[in-house]
Amino acid sequence: MVDVAVERNKAAAAPKRRKRDSLRTALKRKSTAAFLMTLPLILLISLLVIYPAFYSLHLATLNKSMQRFVGLGNFQFLFTRETFWLVVEQSCIFAITAVIFKALIGFVVAHFVHNIPAKGQRKWRGMLLVPWVIPPAMSTLAWLWLFDPSYSAFNYLLAGVGVDRIPWTGETGWARFSVILVNIWVGAPFFMIMYLASLKSVPDQLYEAAAIDGANWWQRIWYVTLPMMRNIIAITTLFSLIVTFANFDIVRILTAGGPLDRTHIFATWAFRIGIEGGDIPLGASVSLFMIPILAIAAVFILRDINKRGNEA
Amino acid sequence: MSRKKLSRRQFVAATAMSSAALITAPYIRSANAAGKLNIGFWDHWVPGANKASTELVNEWAAKEKVEVTIDYIPSQGNKNLLTIAAEAQAKSGHDILAMPTWWPHAQADLLEPMNDVVEALIKQNGEVNGTVRYLGKSGDKWLAVPACIGSQIKGPCSRIDLMKQHAKIDVQAMYPAGAAPKADAWTTDAFLKAAEDCHKGGVPFGIGLGETSDSVDTVGAFFLSFGAEVVNAKGDVVVKNDNVRQVLEYYKKLMAFLPSDAPAWDDGSNNRWLVSGKGALIMNPPSAWAVAKRDAPQIAEQCWTHGFPIGPKGRFAPYLPYFWSVWNFGKNKPAAKSLLTHLSQPAAVEKLVAASGGYDLPAFEKLTTLKTWAEESPPKGTLYHYPNPHNHQKLSISAAGAPPKIAQQIYTQATLTKMCVRYYRGEAMEKTLAWAQGELEGFMRS
Repeated sequence: MVDVAVERNKAAAAPKRRKRDSLRTALKRKSTAAFLMTLPLILLISLLVIYPAFYSLHLATLNKSMQRFVGLGNFQFLFTRETFWLVVEQSCIFAITAVIFKALIGFVVAHFVHNIPAKGQRKWRGMLLVPWVIPPAMSTLAWLWLFDPSYSAFNYLLAGVGVDRIPWTGETGWARFSVILVNIWVGAPFFMIMYLASLKSVPDQLYEAAAIDGANWWQRIWYVTLPMMRNIIAITTLFSLIVTFANFDIVRILTAGGPLDRTHIFATWAFRIGIEGGDIPLGASVSLFMIPILAIAAVFILRDINKRGNEA
Repeated sequence: MSRKKLSRRQFVAATAMSSAALITAPYIRSANAAGKLNIGFWDHWVPGANKASTELVNEWAAKEKVEVTIDYIPSQGNKNLLTIAAEAQAKSGHDILAMPTWWPHAQADLLEPMNDVVEALIKQNGEVNGTVRYLGKSGDKWLAVPACIGSQIKGPCSRIDLMKQHAKIDVQAMYPAGAAPKADAWTTDAFLKAAEDCHKGGVPFGIGLGETSDSVDTVGAFFLSFGAEVVNAKGDVVVKNDNVRQVLEYYKKLMAFLPSDAPAWDDGSNNRWLVSGKGALIMNPPSAWAVAKRDAPQIAEQCWTHGFPIGPKGRFAPYLPYFWSVWNFGKNKPAAKSLLTHLSQPAAVEKLVAASGGYDLPAFEKLTTLKTWAEESPPKGTLYHYPNPHNHQKLSISAAGAPPKIAQQIYTQATLTKMCVRYYRGEAMEKTLAWAQGELEGFMRS
């Protein structure tokens, strides 16, 4: 009996041991360790990003006093507003123009820096990153003083050479130019550093082969550099497009959306309506409208990357 | 020397026992028998003004045995509005929270009625002006207590010397210190002529045409003085009327004499305009004068705060009251009401006004003749007419007349200013009105 009982216990203990062993094995796995290490970040993102995102979806379905479910009523209402379409247009102009120029400037500057001898390159890289590492709210305040309607430092300099004062933030065209310029100034170093990293990974042999084939400077860029950088250009563009579309601080500080709403973008208009105007559901709807636009852009850009990946 | 070793089990047991003891121990009432009170005041820009409110609160707290904490919440970056929105969503927050202008109405459903406090204060301190009633009362319910701290009139602040030199107007004679105004000739036409003269003299009036509060308040007062209603009290859009056309024509003429960059001005631009000596008049509470007193005393000596010009339908001045509100989910409402009563006593109000250098305005009519306004200088009496001591002008807020929740949208979106700028920039009158009609219809959401 005793033996049998012992055997029974043994039989019951076996699955337990197996479970313990499999747990130990799972814990020893690299992927489990990686998951556990990223768990705090996942929780943080869930708390600070995913929860607010779903909460804003919920808010966007309520009426102004937040007491009644209106489904897609807020979006329907927005589609009838002239100012909303103005904001859509401006957000696109702002983001696309800024990203194109940031990419161009980043590309050119990355080439310059790449061609600087290795000894002095670090210094230049550091200096060129300064606009990107200063918090935009702070640097935009400096720009605000440079563009001040009455005491602009730029206008002071222009007056010195006999040029009329420019209404940097007072006229529609100039105001749009100013906010885009500051965005480019802040964001171009990011492109520069990404492109520089990409340039450094292009094998020199390719350039040598191109030179032997008699390729000129432009042909080397077009047939060697750009194809080798395509993926990083696409990813950087997508990332920057998302960040630029969602920009708030630069426009808010520089023009607050004026004059005549002509520099409002999604985030600033959402703030004006939701927080300043007390219509939180409508503000949430405006900010959510960025998602489909960015999703379409992401699909196009990432699809292209996949294609190239398959080709490779 | 022997040392007793604490095992892990003993440590866990000891921790658990002490935690249990702490949780189950009876709450012993201390001296703070009336509980706690958490206050969110507006962070005053005048150095030392917060100290006065802290002292008043502490004085009350010591008497009532209440434990108080005060957060001073700045309006820069709309931090106060964000706090209001967050607390309304969370249904948790300060027991007393300062709310500017439109916010008691915006949060009306979540606010504790304050009839008992406000009605008693009116009996004691005199009637409140129409704008305070309009913004602070919904039906029979007082939504909040009119606050002295932060309330302001944004009337003209003129340069005595420049107005005399260029516009041939003696603002001190028109608004003498210590006496009733003699400003019958101070009409909107006279104002326009003075703006033209000062513009010709190279010291234009510094009136903003942007989308921030100062610009909106000024244009709103002119709209009211022309009887230009855009949405009526029933909530109907009535923007296409002759009074609106008339005020747009007037503003178009006025804008020609304002700085060309005025559409890009924010609430700091007019202050800088006055302090730098570039202009003869701005529309502001005495904050610009106070800054000039510190940074450019020779300019401050020439500043005189006075009343608005009279238009075809009356004399209106922009008035922006602050309120102290109590959430209906607040935890210590009796203590909150008691403190708000204390802060609205004449002695407390006098202290707050003095601490703010005359900037803060009590809402009650018996408290508009305090000695601070009579004595502030230079020049002596410069603030005498700031609190409207002779009821010379009607205190109003831009878009007043429309139901407050609609008016808030008109105010926040700067619809009136935008109408003026659009028309000035060459848009046809009817097109501007049609644009405004579309905008206003969009503000009818409930």
